[in-house]
Formats: sequence, C-alpha cells, structure tokens
Amino acid sequence: FGIMAGKVKWVTDIEKSVLINNFEKRGWIQVAENEDWNFYWMSVQTIRNVFSVETGYRLSDDQIVNHFPNHYELTRKDLMVKNIKRYRKELEKEGSPLAEKDENGKYIYLDFVPVTFMLPADYNLFVEEFRKNPSSTWIMKPCGKAQGKGIFLINKLSQIKKWSRDSKTSSFVSQSSKEAYVISLYINNPLLIGGKKFDLRLYVLVSTYRPLRCYMYKLGFCRFCTVKYTPSTSELDNMFVHLTNVAIQKHGDDYNHIHGGKWTVSNLRLYLESTRGKEVTNKLFDEIHWIIVQSLKAVAPVMNNDKHCFECYGYDIIIDDKLKPWLIEVNASPSLTSSTANDRILKYNLINDTLNIAVPNGEIPDCKWNKSPPKEVLGNYEVLYDEEMAQSDGPDRDLRGRSGQSTGVKGNRARDSGKPVLTTWK
Amino acid sequence: GSWEKRILKSLNSMCTELGIPLARKRPVSEQKELLNKWNEMGTDEPDLSLFRPVYAPKDFLEVLMNLRNPNYENGEQPSFRNHLGLIQVPLKVKDIPELKEDFSELGLNIGQLGIDDSAQVPPEFFENEHVRVGQKVLAEQDSAAAQQYVRQGCPTALRADLWALILNISNQPEDILYYEQLKTNVIQHDLLVDSLIYKDVKLTASNDDYYFVFEDYLYQVLLCFSRDTSVLEHFTYSSATPPKSYIRGKLGMEEYAVFYPPNGVIPFHGFSMYVAPLCFLYHEPSKLYQIFREMYVRFFFRLHSISSHPSGIVSLCLLFETLLQTHLPQLFYHLREIGAQPLRISFKWMVRAFSGYLATDQLLLLWDRILGYNSLEILAVLAAAVFAFRAVNLMEVTSLAAAEAVLADLSTLKVMPLLQIFLFATVT
Repeated sequence: FGIMAGKVKWVTDIEKSVLINNFEKRGWIQVAENEDWNFYWMSVQTIRNVFSVETGYRLSDDQIVNHFPNHYELTRKDLMVKNIKRYRKELEKEGSPLAEKDENGKYIYLDFVPVTFMLPADYNLFVEEFRKNPSSTWIMKPCGKAQGKGIFLINKLSQIKKWSRDSKTSSFVSQSSKEAYVISLYINNPLLIGGKKFDLRLYVLVSTYRPLRCYMYKLGFCRFCTVKYTPSTSELDNMFVHLTNVAIQKHGDDYNHIHGGKWTVSNLRLYLESTRGKEVTNKLFDEIHWIIVQSLKAVAPVMNNDKHCFECYGYDIIIDDKLKPWLIEVNASPSLTSSTANDRILKYNLINDTLNIAVPNGEIPDCKWNKSPPKEVLGNYEVLYDEEMAQSDGPDRDLRGRSGQSTGVKGNRARDSGKPVLTTWK
Repeated sequence: GSWEKRILKSLNSMCTELGIPLARKRPVSEQKELLNKWNEMGTDEPDLSLFRPVYAPKDFLEVLMNLRNPNYENGEQPSFRNHLGLIQVPLKVKDIPELKEDFSELGLNIGQLGIDDSAQVPPEFFENEHVRVGQKVLAEQDSAAAQQYVRQGCPTALRADLWALILNISNQPEDILYYEQLKTNVIQHDLLVDSLIYKDVKLTASNDDYYFVFEDYLYQVLLCFSRDTSVLEHFTYSSATPPKSYIRGKLGMEEYAVFYPPNGVIPFHGFSMYVAPLCFLYHEPSKLYQIFREMYVRFFFRLHSISSHPSGIVSLCLLFETLLQTHLPQLFYHLREIGAQPLRISFKWMVRAFSGYLATDQLLLLWDRILGYNSLEILAVLAAAVFAFRAVNLMEVTSLAAAEAVLADLSTLKVMPLLQIFLFATVT
C-alpha cells in the first residue's frame, strides 16, 4: 500500500530489455503472474492459455494484455488467406465496388496476397494452378512456424509429392496444425535496389477491431538480403538470396552488425521519389496503407474484440518491380531482439509509443475507456484508420472511397509529420 | 608538388612491399570470372588486410597546415597577422556581407526547399509553384536556368534530371559505349589501386546506414573511373600534376612514362563517399558514372588538391576559420585554448563535401547549392554554421575529444535553416 498503490503492476514472460526498460522508466512495479497484475506483455503461447476454454480465465477491468485471443485469424498464414478470401467474396456478393474485377477475373483493389493454397487440403486445386504456369516458382511455408524456419522453394511438382500422397491416402482431411503448409506463388520479380532484394517490415498497432482503430508506426524498415538476388533456378536452395528474415540473414557471411542490412522507410521513399517520381511513390505507399487496412477489415468480423486487448503486429510486405506491394504475412510477436544499435533504439521507442497509446498516462488502466488517445501521445505512430471517424464523415464514404476520395481518416491521416493529406485511394 | 611526390612514393613502396605490380593483365579465366561477377563484386572477399589507404584526410591536413607562401610579406595583410587558425597562407576569402550577396537566394524572404517544404507549411505557399517551375525548366532543357533554379533546392522527383541538365550529361549511345570500353579495360587489366578502392568501399560505404545497399555500384563506377584517361584533362585547370610511373627498368625516361593510375587520381580514405550519394539518384551504371565523373572534374578534385582557387580546400579551410574567428570569437578562442582547433574537426566534413556525415536528403539539398552556385564555399559556411549551432555545448568542453564528441553526429541536422540563420540572421 502507500506509495505502491496506484502504480501499474506488470508481468512479462519475454525477457527483453526494450520491454523491461520501458516498464521501469514508467515507475511500474514488476509482479509475478499469480499475483494481481495490471499489464501483462505475454508471448503467444501464454495468450493461448489465458483465453483457452479450459482455464476460464477472467480478466478484470484494470487488466490489459498485448494480444487478442484469436489473433491467429490474422497471424497464421493459412487463416489470414482464408479470411481475406472470405472477405472478398462477401464484398462481391454485396455488389461493393471494392470487389470489382478486371477482364482477367483478378480483383482490381483486393489482389494483394500472392495466390495461396493450403496443403494438403487444397492440393488438387494447387496442381491445377501450377499447371497453368509450369515454369513458376512457389514458396512452401509451414503454418505454425516463424523466423523463416522450414521454408523452402519449389519449381517442380515432384518436390511436394509428400503432400499429395497424404491427401490421397488419408481419410481425414485435417492434419495436425503443425504439419500444415501454405504454398504461395513466389514473387520472382521483386523490386531490387542496388541489385538486392528486400522486404518491408511495418509495425501496426490495433487498439480495437470493432470499431477498427489502428495506427502505423512511421519508422518501419527494409530488410535487405546480403547476397545478390538472382532468379536463376540454381540458387533456389540458397536461402540467403531469397529470405529476408533477419534471423536467417544474420548467419550469412556478409551480415553487417552496424546497419544489419536494414534501411529506413524514409530512405526507401527518397530513393523511389528520386528514381521513379513522386506520384508513383505516393501511390505505392497509399497502396501499402490500403492493404494493411483491408487485411484488418477482413479479420475484424471474426476477431474476439476483447476490451482488455491491444496488439502490435509486424507486417511483412514485398514490393515487386512494377511497384505493387504484396502482403506476405503478419506477425503477432514481432521480434524484440536488436541486431544493431539503431535497431535497439527503434524497438525501444516502438514499445514506448505503444505503451503510451495502450496504457494512457501510464496509469492503472480501465479497459472500459474509449481507446481514443489524444494526438500528442502518438509519438511515432500515426493514425492509419479510425472507423468511428470515417463513419462520422458520412455512412456512404466507404463506397465512394474507390472513386478517388478518402476512405481513411481525413485530416487525421498525416503522412510524415502532421501534414493533413487527403488520401487519394484510387 | 612535394605532397604529390609523397603520395606516389607511398603507393610505390606499398607495391614493392607487397610484391604486387602497379598493373597487370588478367589471365583469360580471371577475366571471365570477373565479368560474371560484375554486378556483385561486393560479395568478393579478397584479402585486403595488407593494404592500407594511401592517405587519409588528416594526413592531408598536416600538409596544408605547413603550407607557407614564400612571397608573403607580413606587412601586406595586417588582418592576417591576427589569424589564429591552422592555415597560414593568406588567401583572400569572403566575409559575411560578401557571402550574403553571393548566396542571396538563400535569404530569409526567399522560398527554399529544405525549409519551406516542411510538413507545417502548406504546399501552396511555395512548394507547388517551385515544382511547376522546375518542370518547365526541364521541359525547355535550359541548363543555365536549371543552375539558377536549383539554388532554391531541387524537388526530389526532379533532382536527377536537373543535375544531369546542369552537368550536361545526356547519356548518348557514345557515352554508354565509352563506359562499356572502360568496363572492358577493368576486366582485362588489374590495377593495384583497385585493391585500394575495394578497401575504401569496404571501410566506408559498406558500413554506412544509407549507402551499404549500393556497394556493388561503387565498384562499378570507381574501377572504371581509375582507368578513364579523359579525367586527365582536368589537370589542365588544376594546380596538381598527375602522378607518373615508369615502365620497369626505364625510370626517368619520359617516353616510357605513363600516368598512374590512368586517370591520374590516387584514391584516399573516404574517396568512395563522393559517389555514394549519387546512387540515390541514378540507378543506371553508365549514367551514374558520367554524373560522378563530371562532379569530380568540376568540384570534388578541388577538395583534395592544393591550389589557391576560391573553391580549393585551402581557401575553404581559411574561409571556415576566418568566419569562426570573426563571428564566434569566444568559441574560437576557447576551443583553441583546450587544444581543439576547430579545423581539426571540420576538415574531414569539407574534404568529403559532408558525405557520410549528413542524412542523405540533407546532403542532396546541400549539393543542390554547390551545383547552383558553382562553388564549394558553401561547405565552409555550413561547417561554421554547425559550430555556431552547437556553440553552447562546445563552450563547456575541455578537451579535443569532448569537442569531437559534441560534433560526432550530424545526422539530425537540417542544413538549410542552419545556413540561413548563420548568413542572414546572425548579428555581425
């Protein structure tokens, strides 16, 4: 009691200094899991236990956690694709202009995930698609793993025979989720800079799904492959060429511990504006924001919008050489390990800004609050989409959005540092 | 003259020590291998441990400090008698009133990119119109107008074309062919300086947050550059002389003298940083090459050769010291007292035209003005402005090391406000 009363009590099962330093600098008090706590930064394993039916855990009004109970609807590769496909079909059924298709049957505005199938369930569908383009390369990813583990590339059906045999002989369609894979069309024409392949890591904070309120961290970064990109088939096995995960790149010979093969998004913007022009660069970034928001809208209906929850996602995006962004995957537990000094500072500030939004004033939370932080506390976050704001502009705004006006937050949506810009989303 | 002899001597002795010839023809198998790897020379890991840069900026500074003009009569320039800086050659440098006139487009009432395009300023105010004018200048391909225009900064999307227009680079088929011939030259012959170039890139650009991505382009440009004999032409207006080497056994016989390296330029530590920022603008190797070459023969060569030219490094150093001593005398005396002569810190910034010290977008705004004013004097003004900006902290330090620490990180500086305040808003 006494001085201790009124201080946020925190627990974490992730021993990372960028987290702990942030808790301590707020004067928060560390407690154990079985004690009374207000804030728990948990790993995804723990969140599964907290919200599992068996444990029947009940969170009280002054408790917040950093994951939504069924975040995997977005963060598992197969479920993300499933939800996006469902969302597109729903929009199509409603006759929404967002679901418009071109003459080849491709969605004009919602084609942002590479063609993907689940294995072994969709094996036959996959084969049909594969045969349409037999020279294409596909990437196999285990559903339940992270950090680039277990990923490999194939360009021949024989390389995934295992999944075909299983689907033919097994009487059960479902496998244990650990063995399920997704297979996606490999983007073999990535945008190269300096001849190198890269992907984008962007951080997105969601404070509520219904209404959707999400923020994008302005300081995202590009992760470059240390080895020169070559689409040649002989290099398919060289994961240093193809995968940009830092966990993998770190073990390559050319990994540099000063910059860690990372570039800021502002460098990317400067380079693209200088070499490609301002309009196409703005269009690219607008599209990136668009696909993030669409992915969140796709899962919003199925998300358990528990008021005790917020979540900071790590979005992985690849840009192809036509400057089209592709959503590769969304991470529920973006790495908090720092590979360089710059990295440490970035992640420290990321957690700091996240906590400022999720736990207002650093005080004991009341999860019944309206989750609308004042602009001053956003730090390096900017509002990406605020459904409540967008709706108060008029209920027909969403639909008109596609014809050139903003569906996003007019005036709230600041690019760079605060300049209100009307997003011209096509 | 003697400085150049020293550099060449150093190169020759490295050559003898390591038993590596200054030049040699590559065997065919090696040529093929290099051709295959042309776009990814950065993945090569030659053993460079025995190579060392021929010289670093601080070696060059020592030379400049010891320059004396034998014709100098003490009585002729009384003001110079009070000069307490490191440079002891009484060249004529401008004062702030003269600089204000020369750089009038940087004045407080004139729109600038780097100030008036910030997020708080509505684009209708200046930015939109400036972009429109820039597009018009490009459409009319007016080189002189472009040079005037960029004094107020280039819009990022127009910069590459505007610089090419000012530098008269059009990347014609014959230019591309010339570059390809240089490339062939690289494939066929190995030069000792190649290893120096590799080493420099590995030590500097490869470790730089902004430029590491372009490592391979740097080799493609610099290896060709050292074989480009057309660069020798700039020595006609430079006070420097290109180093010469003699075919084995024919020392001193002019008929057997060749310029070494073929372009007459021996790279020093940090040389690759002249090229690196250009990679943000040009991704086509032959165009990147030509832009760099032109920038070098117009501007950069003056930063590492000794001359009395107003844009030469000696004048820039003197200009910097004079500005500081005149307008921030307290700071100047304080730093001198604690053994931290300001030029010791700012020299490396100016030699590199601030590349690697400023954030890239700021550096490009600075280089816009170098092109616009056809002068490097702005480097000295910026250096002084940086000291002015950090004066409060600098007054509190008590050692050279501490002063270096205060000025170690320039990556957050906004160049144009600093320049504008120093020139137009400081009480003189």
